[in-house]
Amino acid sequence: MDIKSSLHQIKEKFKGNKFAPAFNAFHTFLYTPNDVTKGGTHIKAADDLKRTMNMVILSLVPCLLFGIFNAGYQHYAAIDAANGVIREVSLFGNFINWENFILGATKVIPLVVVSYVVGLTVEFIFAVIKGHEVEEGYLVTGMLVPLIVPVDLPLWMLSVAVIFGVVIGKEVFGGTGMNILNPALTIRAFLFFAYPTWMSGDKVWVHGAVERTGTPEAISGETILGSYAQNQEIMYSLYDMFIGFIPGSVGETSKILIIFGALFLIFTKIGSWRIMLSTILGALFMGLIFNQVVDFGWITETSKFYGLMNVPFWEHLLIGSILFGAVFMATDPVTAAQTLKGKWIYGFLIGFISIMIRVFNPAYPEGVFLAILLMNVFAPTIDHYVIEANIKNRLNRLKIKSS
Amino acid sequence: MSKDIIVIKGLDINLVGDAEKTLDISKDSKFYSVYPEDFHGVYPKLIVKADDKVNAGDVLFYDKNDEEVKFVSPVSGKISEIKRGERRKVISINILADKNIEYKNLGKLDSKASKEKIVEYFLNAGLWPFIKQRPYDVIANHKVSPKAIFVSGFSSAPLSADLDFISKDYQDKIQIAIDVLSKLTDGEIHMSIRKNSDSILSDLKNIIIHNVSGPHPAGNVGTLINKVSPINKGEAAWTIALQDLILIGSVIESGKFSSERIVALVGSSIDNPRYIKTTIGSEMSTILGKGIKDNSRIISGNVLTGKQSSINGHLDYYSNTITAIPEGNDYDLFGWTRPIFDKISTSRALTFSWLLPNKKFDLNTNTNGEHRAFVVTGSYEKVFPLDIFPMRILKACMYNDLEEMEALGMYEVAPEDFALTEFICVSKQPHQEIIRKGLDEMKKELG
Repeated sequence: MDIKSSLHQIKEKFKGNKFAPAFNAFHTFLYTPNDVTKGGTHIKAADDLKRTMNMVILSLVPCLLFGIFNAGYQHYAAIDAANGVIREVSLFGNFINWENFILGATKVIPLVVVSYVVGLTVEFIFAVIKGHEVEEGYLVTGMLVPLIVPVDLPLWMLSVAVIFGVVIGKEVFGGTGMNILNPALTIRAFLFFAYPTWMSGDKVWVHGAVERTGTPEAISGETILGSYAQNQEIMYSLYDMFIGFIPGSVGETSKILIIFGALFLIFTKIGSWRIMLSTILGALFMGLIFNQVVDFGWITETSKFYGLMNVPFWEHLLIGSILFGAVFMATDPVTAAQTLKGKWIYGFLIGFISIMIRVFNPAYPEGVFLAILLMNVFAPTIDHYVIEANIKNRLNRLKIKSS
Repeated sequence: MSKDIIVIKGLDINLVGDAEKTLDISKDSKFYSVYPEDFHGVYPKLIVKADDKVNAGDVLFYDKNDEEVKFVSPVSGKISEIKRGERRKVISINILADKNIEYKNLGKLDSKASKEKIVEYFLNAGLWPFIKQRPYDVIANHKVSPKAIFVSGFSSAPLSADLDFISKDYQDKIQIAIDVLSKLTDGEIHMSIRKNSDSILSDLKNIIIHNVSGPHPAGNVGTLINKVSPINKGEAAWTIALQDLILIGSVIESGKFSSERIVALVGSSIDNPRYIKTTIGSEMSTILGKGIKDNSRIISGNVLTGKQSSINGHLDYYSNTITAIPEGNDYDLFGWTRPIFDKISTSRALTFSWLLPNKKFDLNTNTNGEHRAFVVTGSYEKVFPLDIFPMRILKACMYNDLEEMEALGMYEVAPEDFALTEFICVSKQPHQEIIRKGLDEMKKELG
């Protein structure tokens, strides 16, 4: 008997059993089920939610791989910098090599594993309790979470945050498709407010920087945003920022790979180009306003806002996680605006508010995740007004008719 | 008079098994069946019992909610069985047909008949059930005068009967029906035909012809209504299918309930897809004969909106198509992630139907994935041409908010308008069923 029919028999045996959803979750990864249409259309298009989610994961894989190498590279680069050695980055020389990979992988892979294992366990438990199938939402969330945290984040903190994020951010609303806040960002927000010392500052962004603090081997773990916020000189070139040879959260430093991911999502018609584009436009617009403010001389070099306000408006896209947020976070269809017009407004405001928080909050300059969470809350309101227009047209049609 | 309508949003689904334009005559079926379930919302009150003798055109049952709406026998013969289900619900009325069909004389309709007389004739002759109404997509309320009557003169649904072909010999009958029906509305009769087709329908008089171009659902009557004159609260529009206009015309002309119908036999499971002349209520086994593959699903209607039937089933009261496609009751190894070339998709998520715009696909009934909550947004709008927010109205139906359903345009829609969004739905939600339940709920609460 082949695997297919033996699995089929197990499935039939467990039908109606409490743990059927758990078995089915694994079974459906191997085989798309033998379900046939019943009532309604007799044929169905090829795509299901697994395929859709899988596309998002595929688009994130390059960022993850880059993040692994970068974790290693930044560690060794910071040691060199502390010893006064000037490093010139070369992609296939001192970046893509075993040394970096092994160090990076030992730090990053555990983050991925913990994120998935903890998150999916929570999902399985809820699926069994509530008797529904395990939904695929966490597959993407579980991949996003390790990419948006500092590399040295203790694993127990990640576990606590994931449990919080999945339960409070998603399951209490009714599971995948019902949540108001982006689960990955809920997890990040929890980490940020519960363990601020591990989520911000000038140490956490490079592996080893925290544990070496105060020792003779101390190294810097500062991001570009942090340097700007303290009005310091920036040591990285635009090329470094674009390719991603900079410290930051695990997977969001490489702008070029994020752009590749974005193009893949747009091409496969999975991601909303409207949200991506409007977020970028919103960020550029806010950046431009700040540039004008500086040009008019309203803010001078003595101001604590000067550093970030004076960043050329387009350079905002290359630093911090605005691009990652625009492509992978803001576009989450469940928590974003759902109407076409609404998506434009929603994205624009995310970009706009992200840069505003970035400039006005020098203590923690990365405002993207807060901006997205804020707009998640307002997305239904935006949709409401867009739909209201449609409803008004309908009422007007009736009025014209009856007058 | 003719006008142009261009439909941009939609999706043409090209499937294997289109009917060849040849017409066979079906053998006569031994048994015929009428399923009260074909008439949505009707609560049947039988006036025949087993072993009664009926003529074609004799009343079998009427609607308890509106006793004037009567449903007649398509053939003459003896009532062989009245099949009942739970709580004695009538499943079907089976008739053992006579060799030579005898007709009840329904009388002729005076050409100068008043509106009331026409309605009365239709009700008594069993023609009324062919007139449907929006809102609610049910048999029309004969006490209300519609603002207009809409007829779709072409079908854009996958593997459906070519209405030009089935109507080509019946221009006079259609014209008779139109002339009579035009007296029942204060407005006009609107008909859509495919732009640049040489349909005989474009020569019809007493009617406004709309030349429609674009992908499915360009041929749906709901699309026509939405583009011509969307239904407002308190209004009603009537819709009649073209094959039923032919039937109405011939009944008015002859005074006999002749339930003959040309039906397209389509789908990849049918050996020889073609057209066949048969009768409403005929056995599927007689119509289809032997030319059908094993493990097939037989559908009375098209693949998007038809009813699931079987070889033991019967042609339903409204269908002009019988489809047979393979059942998809098999597992697909890594079906959720492997590249897909042989199925239709509107995304490009390793699905390659976008590379093959002219390919005819052989789709089966597999759901290609499991039922999930709504997640993806923005995809329905690309195949939904009505000025309505599809996901919003579906959700409003699911949580039964009548006020919101009304505001979002529930009076304008029928389940079939949501067939394409259901087809492409990544979450495999039953859109048509959701809309149907929503409409029923609204009708119950608001009348």
